[in-house]
Amino acid sequence: MRFSRKSLGIPYAVFLVIFVAAPLLFLFYYAFTNGQGQFTVWNFTHFFTDPNTLGTLYYSLLLALVTTMVCLLLAYPVAYFLATSTMRTKPVVLMLFVMPMWINFSLRITALKEILNVLEGNLAMHPFLNAVVGMTYDFLPFMILPIYTTISRLDGALREAAMDLGANRVQTFLRVTLPLSVPGIISGVSMVFLPAMTNYVVLDMLYNSTYIMGSLIGSYFSAYNWHGGSMISLILLALICIFTLLTGNEEESVGRGGALL
Amino acid sequence: MESKDTIIELKGISKVFEDDGFKAVDNFNLEVKRGEFVTFLGPSGCGKTTTLRMIAGFDVPTEGDILLNGKSIIGLPPYERPINTVFQRYALFPHMNVYDNIAFGLRQKKTPKDMIDRKVGRVLELVDLEGFERRAIRTLSGGQQQRIAIARALVNEPEILLLDEPLGALDLKMRKEMQLELKDMHNKLGITFIYVTHDQEEALTMSDKIVVMSEGRTQQIGTPEDIYNEPANAFVADFIGESNIFNGMMTGHLKARFCGGEFVCVDDFEEGTHITAVVRPEDVEITAPGHGTINGIVDSVIFKGIHYEITVLSGKNEIVIQTVHNARVGDRVGLRVDPENIHIMLAEDHTNLFYADVNHDFRLEYNGHHLDTSLTRIIKGSKRREDGTVVDGNGDILEPDRVRILVSLMPDDIEMTDDQDAGLIQGTISNLIYKGDHYSYIIHTELEQDFVVNDEDLWNMGDRVSLLMPVDKMKFTLKKK
Repeated sequence: MRFSRKSLGIPYAVFLVIFVAAPLLFLFYYAFTNGQGQFTVWNFTHFFTDPNTLGTLYYSLLLALVTTMVCLLLAYPVAYFLATSTMRTKPVVLMLFVMPMWINFSLRITALKEILNVLEGNLAMHPFLNAVVGMTYDFLPFMILPIYTTISRLDGALREAAMDLGANRVQTFLRVTLPLSVPGIISGVSMVFLPAMTNYVVLDMLYNSTYIMGSLIGSYFSAYNWHGGSMISLILLALICIFTLLTGNEEESVGRGGALL
Repeated sequence: MESKDTIIELKGISKVFEDDGFKAVDNFNLEVKRGEFVTFLGPSGCGKTTTLRMIAGFDVPTEGDILLNGKSIIGLPPYERPINTVFQRYALFPHMNVYDNIAFGLRQKKTPKDMIDRKVGRVLELVDLEGFERRAIRTLSGGQQQRIAIARALVNEPEILLLDEPLGALDLKMRKEMQLELKDMHNKLGITFIYVTHDQEEALTMSDKIVVMSEGRTQQIGTPEDIYNEPANAFVADFIGESNIFNGMMTGHLKARFCGGEFVCVDDFEEGTHITAVVRPEDVEITAPGHGTINGIVDSVIFKGIHYEITVLSGKNEIVIQTVHNARVGDRVGLRVDPENIHIMLAEDHTNLFYADVNHDFRLEYNGHHLDTSLTRIIKGSKRREDGTVVDGNGDILEPDRVRILVSLMPDDIEMTDDQDAGLIQGTISNLIYKGDHYSYIIHTELEQDFVVNDEDLWNMGDRVSLLMPVDKMKFTLKKK
């Protein structure tokens, strides 16, 4: 048989089938069957009628929203400052912000837990606050990097052109830099918002009682209710798809300069 | 006293960049009259764009003052100056359509909506793009983007319009068209234009006044005719149009010796003065051998459409000639130049200028000696490839036959020695002047070139010496043949 370049893709294709396509099929199967293997939509209707699951959904959305906002508010000024400054130590400062990503995750969170413990005395007192702090700490670099990349790729002459046309620094930022950094913001938001809805490991490690979508799915599976758990996963998947499609379109209409990461 | 129609005046402007201490502009002085078309012309890195940026307000001068209508604007940020800029790569806002781009400045000034509509319409008509209001920027061609950039600046009715190499990104035909259109707009609007370019032809075509710059300093300010016909120094002569440049010496009243002959000229300096002679290629006449001032052999003939470009070797000097008459390679010819076409100038700071060649190993050579420096250091952005050839910043291979390197070297940096084989070139001392603490010598070399050398010791007229010329003191400029 002649070697063709396409054969290089075979290992990945195998991987894809075993670890992505097949589990997805199982997910669909379990989501729409009951314990006896019969077709049902009960899992679906149950999710949207049970106040407990809906409550968790709302709570997760709220937590993810707040986390994303906090990340954005922290990250944008840093990214803007780093991207527009001419200082020579810029790469070092950027690295300081990104470096936590290189440290082992559980070590990081354990350290955070100890710090919060000292500050608050009892972690159980502020579950929501701690959840936001923990996730912000974990996801912040994912917000900084895409925004930084987008802003530093903007032609500096654009800012000068705005000032030349009579816009002061604030107006230049609002009318030129901010709109043109939207692709970076979107990319950062999608990298923080989605994990923030499901990543309950952070919360678990902080001994946090906050219950989010990830915890809910986890509890279904540990109770051997694969059907309910699969349905919730599927619904989350659908939400993520819709979100990605929406932001994907947005990114295109905003123009080139999409963020890299 | 401020002249009434002076719109902007730059007084002793200097700019030193903090991060690397580079002096981009050095004591720049200029007065611009209302409605004038002024061009800053010079090679890249000469400080022309920095000067423009200081007028716009993007850079602050380290020294000096800028007066607009008699008042200092040094402290004003760019958004408070009645000056607008057309940027090199347009800098149009990609997230706005044509209308919003042009309306940006007007909205900033809180102009009423119907007025904006009218002004945008009018300025689009001016740049010949009526009906383009709703187009997205990325759907426009380079030429169209350029016009929108001009419209965006002009719509604010600035007192001065700054243009930073605005035509650099366009192809030749488009560039010629836009040159005429810009000139036309300038005449129609009466706005003062300050234009930056490295293209001498563009500067000559468009300007009322040209400021030739090099290494942060003004070399000459004048009308295009002045600058072409009466270049103030060798740099200007060489940069504007093509020139034959020779080092020489005054040998008597209205007589100068250069290029191996004694020419009659119309500029007079004291006998024994070190001079630079500039002769335009179109001013050299070919005669029968023995009937000109010097003789030579035709080395190459290139047909250029409206004329032939002929290179004649006289001794070791190369003379480039543009003529409508053909000649054959190998012909013996005589050369003469009308006295009024010989431009004699004092050798500036007595700098020695000479040409070095690039040999086929892409090394620098002068008078058969290898110069120990790297071509890639001399030519910005160039690289030596694995096969030994050198490519320039655009990735084009350098052809040794088509380039030469203009070398400048200060008289203080050259040393004389008795050891005839030690130096790069040998010659005879043909003049010496005592300058208080040192002697200034003119050495007439075997290549018919005169060098100025400063030395504290006394040598005698007629001494044969060899010249030690340190490569690390030389400055190099790439010249295309």
